[in-house]
Amino acid sequence: MTLDTNQPQSGETPETGDEGVSEFLRDTSLFLAPDPLIMNNHGVEDRTPLEEESLAAEKDPARLEIVRERLLAGANESFDMLESMGAAPGAKWGDCVSAIFTASGDLSLASTGGVVIFCNLVQYPIKFINKYWTNEPTVGVREGDAFLVNDARYGQAHNTDQSMMMPVFWEGKLVAWVGATVHEGENGAIEPGGMPSMAEQVWDEGLKMSPFRVAENYTLRRDIVTFLQNSVREPKLQYADMKVKMFTCRRLEQRMHEAISEFGLEAVVACLRSNLEDTDVEVRKRLKEWPDGTVRHSWWTDGTLRENAMIKINLALTKRGDRLIFDYRGSSPEFTNRSNNSLDITLKGMLAQLFLTYIWPDLPRNQGVLAPIEFIFDERSIIKPDFGTPNAQSMMSVFTSWSVAQVCVMKYLYSVPDKYTRVIAPWFNMINTFLFGGVTQHGEMVGNVCADINGMGGGALADRDGQHSCAPIFATMADLGEQEFMEEEMPFVQLVSKKLMKDNQGFGRQRGGMGYQMILALRDSPVWGFMLTAIGSKFPNVPGLFGGYGCPTYPLCRISNVDVFEAMQSDPSQFRYSIEELMNERPFAEGKYSTHPMFMPYSLAERGELYMIAQGTGGGFGDPLERDPEEVMRDYQEDLVSEDVAWRIYRVVFDPETRIVDEEATRSARDEARKQRLDESMSFEDYCADYVTETPPANLPYYGSWEDPAMVYAGSPDRYYPAGQVNPPVVMPNPLEVKIARLERELAEARQG
Amino acid sequence: MNVFITDALVINLEKETWHCRGCDAELGSARENYKSFLRVRPRNPQDIHAPIIDKDRYEFTFAPDPEWTRIVEYYCPHCARQMEAEYLPPGHPPAYDIELDIDALKAQWADREALTEPAIGPAFVPPQHHHRKGGE
Repeated sequence: MTLDTNQPQSGETPETGDEGVSEFLRDTSLFLAPDPLIMNNHGVEDRTPLEEESLAAEKDPARLEIVRERLLAGANESFDMLESMGAAPGAKWGDCVSAIFTASGDLSLASTGGVVIFCNLVQYPIKFINKYWTNEPTVGVREGDAFLVNDARYGQAHNTDQSMMMPVFWEGKLVAWVGATVHEGENGAIEPGGMPSMAEQVWDEGLKMSPFRVAENYTLRRDIVTFLQNSVREPKLQYADMKVKMFTCRRLEQRMHEAISEFGLEAVVACLRSNLEDTDVEVRKRLKEWPDGTVRHSWWTDGTLRENAMIKINLALTKRGDRLIFDYRGSSPEFTNRSNNSLDITLKGMLAQLFLTYIWPDLPRNQGVLAPIEFIFDERSIIKPDFGTPNAQSMMSVFTSWSVAQVCVMKYLYSVPDKYTRVIAPWFNMINTFLFGGVTQHGEMVGNVCADINGMGGGALADRDGQHSCAPIFATMADLGEQEFMEEEMPFVQLVSKKLMKDNQGFGRQRGGMGYQMILALRDSPVWGFMLTAIGSKFPNVPGLFGGYGCPTYPLCRISNVDVFEAMQSDPSQFRYSIEELMNERPFAEGKYSTHPMFMPYSLAERGELYMIAQGTGGGFGDPLERDPEEVMRDYQEDLVSEDVAWRIYRVVFDPETRIVDEEATRSARDEARKQRLDESMSFEDYCADYVTETPPANLPYYGSWEDPAMVYAGSPDRYYPAGQVNPPVVMPNPLEVKIARLERELAEARQG
Repeated sequence: MNVFITDALVINLEKETWHCRGCDAELGSARENYKSFLRVRPRNPQDIHAPIIDKDRYEFTFAPDPEWTRIVEYYCPHCARQMEAEYLPPGHPPAYDIELDIDALKAQWADREALTEPAIGPAFVPPQHHHRKGGE
């Protein structure tokens, strides 16, 4: 498969040129699905007449910068309101954002804190409202209206988020939009917490709010609020955060009006438009500095959240002049009855986050950053699924696709003389945290997620180790939350919280930032359960960079048949403060010790049984044998690495008592290790001849391309199809039925003797 | 002129060749896959990411499953510097990861000054410490 870079790579389909036909189709449409003309265009809309006039009238960049700073101050103020007042756990630790959009719906200015992907995607529902509701007699768009959306297919990162959008009018004319988004959590899905792994159909995913009006004259409609409250497990949260989002939008609207009063409408409109256009121009200029060529990288997610499977994300990133083309063809086909599929718009929004956070953090946070960038996907693939395919757990594939892109971009960026941030090894990327649901000690029914999702380890840099449990890939300024605060509201206790896990390291000359352990137990609730929605228990989630290693794999560890609170009362010395010690030393004689993948459907918990996981580490950078022995000793002193790792990976010879390095012996050991490398290695040609196979291993449930990105496997070597044409599509069996069938088979064999 | 393409690899523009940044050894044509000039060692992933909990007792141990994962290490054939560590399903072809347009690269660097060290980017300058939101 080759890429024709002479053709623009966009998925746009032209609307019929006949206005009469278009009007007939509009009037007779029985269902207003997401509009492909809107959803396939991540670029900036054409200038409106008002924008043309405003740009002609306002040409002083210094004045526009003053307006921009004024509007940004309003966006940041409203973000602070959202974070401070938001009722959802996500809002409390920064999993939210507020932003200003042009009248056409383009994201022009996002708050400095918060999650860029959220507001990048709000462009789509605003454009839907503009196109379908403005002139719709039963809806309309008026001053004081507020609209709500959570259906990712109309433009959200996933259905657990809810975005409110408010039009900004000036003298009766729509001049902009403002919006606020929060990761709300609970949304009435088949499992509590808003991210249901068990969803096999889109109707299992809970609320499906296409963009619709929920407030008129700045007042929420209680009939609609009541309906929504009845549709979720946290009715108070639903109402509270709708109010919070509306007040956030109102503050933004107020700041917009004040800016217009002071600087004039043309200055504000010109500012919003030039934000987008200037960013587009600047990105093209910076892309020209990258080398031309193609960089390729693939990664595999090792599960659907219901079963382990090897699921490929394939990327060829081509750069020519000022064009950058993400070609994701050859990735896995979609899973039609699993929720791990991601919409292409979600991935595009995440990549905006990549550029605005990890590559060009100095650029204004708006969607102009993606305007010069093009995308190619296979239809009905795991990152461009059909309308009816579940996507509630899109993070499984979109985070991996993001990390694949991060690796590719870094391989372009390294040689560029003028950088705006540093080359970095992959950040850890997976949701290693607990979701929960049930009745609290206060009698409230809740369903949500722990803030530990934000504790992902940072990647290593060329001259610096990565930062420990630092921030999620989607929001660099998010917070980890206070565990004690959580325990005031929720009936579980983290007995070990935020303690870094020894040897959970991305090894390298500079090592990745490490992830901490979470050991928790239910204490006081009549009914309570936990769930896990992560992958990476068989195949790691991220690699290293330039010779560094990636993260290890992560399991769920459990100790059941124990009440740890009773045990600590009767003999506190039994307890151990790490997963390693608890699982290896088995201090509770009656306890049942087990390990599992990092996905667990919602399961009721017993008081005092232990659930244990670790956050992940970022990738290492460079050859581990070049790591400064003193840095290894620092990690050893801080109990971050064992003697085994200090020797086996880093080849440091030292006295464990004094931590004094024997420099000569270390040098000699490293030389010996290098010699061993050459002795035990082979030529590339021999490797390909001896180790590369024509097809995936028969025992591996493999999905996606192998060598040729135009052809994909759909679970076994005999299911091999042109990409985008897998027929019959991938339908996974119920894991319980698979287990029953296996047990019945074993039973039958046992009976036969 | 040398261009630092990765932390471990350099392209000499005049000779159009890959070089090891560690020992400066010439590896081969920059118009070809650099991996074809390196030594390659497939590794059991558990030799790197060893089990943290008892592998005789538990199915999942923090160590990758060797049936699902292979780590392929690439070394400079002269100084044995590890240049890449590629994670693949067993049997999967290695990626041709860096395929640059060498003519375009030469044209691009014709107007640039040669670097003696890689440009690692701006230094991190921590903001002034304070306890007031939005304060000085």
